[in-house]
Amino acid sequence: MAVKVYGKPQAVCPQRVMHCLVEKGVPFEFVLVDIDTMEHKRPEYMEKHPFGQVPFIADGDFELFESRAIVRYFASKYADRGPNLLGRTAEERAKVEQWLDVEAITYSPCAFSIVFNLFLLPIRGLPGNKGEAVASMEKLDKILEVYEKQLARTKYLAGDEFTLADLTHIPVTRYLVEHCGLAYLLDDKPHAKAWWEDVSSRPAWKKLMSFVASGASFYAP
Amino acid sequence: MGSVTVYGPPISPAVSRVLACLLEKDVVFNLVNIDMSKAQHKSPDFLKIQVASPPPLLLFFPTVSILLLNLPFGQVPAFQDEHTTLFESRAICRYICDKYADRGNRSLLGRRGGGLVERAHVEQWLEAEGQSFNPPSSTLVFQLAFAPQMGLPQDPAAIVLNEGKLAKVLDVYERQLQESRFLAGDEFSLADLSHLPNSHYIRAGGKEELFTSRKHVARWWEEISMRPSWQKVVEMQRTPPA
Repeated sequence: MAVKVYGKPQAVCPQRVMHCLVEKGVPFEFVLVDIDTMEHKRPEYMEKHPFGQVPFIADGDFELFESRAIVRYFASKYADRGPNLLGRTAEERAKVEQWLDVEAITYSPCAFSIVFNLFLLPIRGLPGNKGEAVASMEKLDKILEVYEKQLARTKYLAGDEFTLADLTHIPVTRYLVEHCGLAYLLDDKPHAKAWWEDVSSRPAWKKLMSFVASGASFYAP
Repeated sequence: MGSVTVYGPPISPAVSRVLACLLEKDVVFNLVNIDMSKAQHKSPDFLKIQVASPPPLLLFFPTVSILLLNLPFGQVPAFQDEHTTLFESRAICRYICDKYADRGNRSLLGRRGGGLVERAHVEQWLEAEGQSFNPPSSTLVFQLAFAPQMGLPQDPAAIVLNEGKLAKVLDVYERQLQESRFLAGDEFSLADLSHLPNSHYIRAGGKEELFTSRKHVARWWEEISMRPSWQKVVEMQRTPPA
């Protein structure tokens, strides 16, 4: 029985999970939970996900929420398939964990504030908070300076191989670059820019973007 | 022996998270305090200088060693284990549990026989702590415990707003803790441990009713806060730095 991923395919956190599955060549069924009509806050869905968020996955009888817990699970379960996403030693894994936490705690909240105010609200005809967006952009620039220093030393965030730490950044960064006009923040950061071009050109990510655009429900590798 | 060092003051919630984990795992460590009021952790020298493999001398000259650590975001804790330097308290805790898997409490990332599934449940609730519990509780910790100490005015609106958000999260926990003894199952795990620092300060800051008014959350708090490892951390927080 295929893995089921519940959520909205355009949303950042479900994309993180789907990207991991595509990297690992794992087929899945995408089950739409229409967050635009608040389906994720209805009791039937909240039976599965007590915080009323997306994504949620079912792998046979095993169920899980929190996209970063989900990608860790699949990366471990399919450790022997596709790219090594978690490092091979305790030390390598710790670096992956470190940058995963940076993404979760420092990068993404800042990035989300920008995407929310410059894209998500305006496309619904609501005013975004420009002041908040600008403050977040300045913060993001400083965060990216730190990334630039790291990426001048290593090809990817946690070392010289692509790992979950890079993967979890991709969906929200795509929104920043393609929908919020923030590609220019990378212009004075050659290593971060090269990193973004590299990770966003990965065949698995491109396959996922095609899958999302197609509106299909079943992904087969 | 003595290869593990934690940098930062024990009163910092993130530092205390790492200390609790080390104590659960019976891993011997050195604690090097950083005076955050003098903003040592944000000085340009502190942030820019890096060292690939620190010489053992550093352990004998703590002030010097702080300057030679690369802490790109200038936060605490910083952590060193021989040649490995890490930041981000939850990543450090996961590393300690992986690296010292055979020491102390062996169930922090799921029981040995529990496989991927148990670990994934721990990861799920550890993420819930980081993503849902941490933001409102951190604001409350600052407002209730640190602002007064630092002579800063409290923001009553922020307190009310974040109490409301935290109450919703604790309602979810209340339902989960009816089904299982701890968040991820019937054994104490890293997911529970991660909640200790902020919860402690919120209760000490006068908002213990958030916990005591929820029967299963109250029961859970009693159990996790009475663990000897956490009692020792609280003692360390009370002890003035040497």
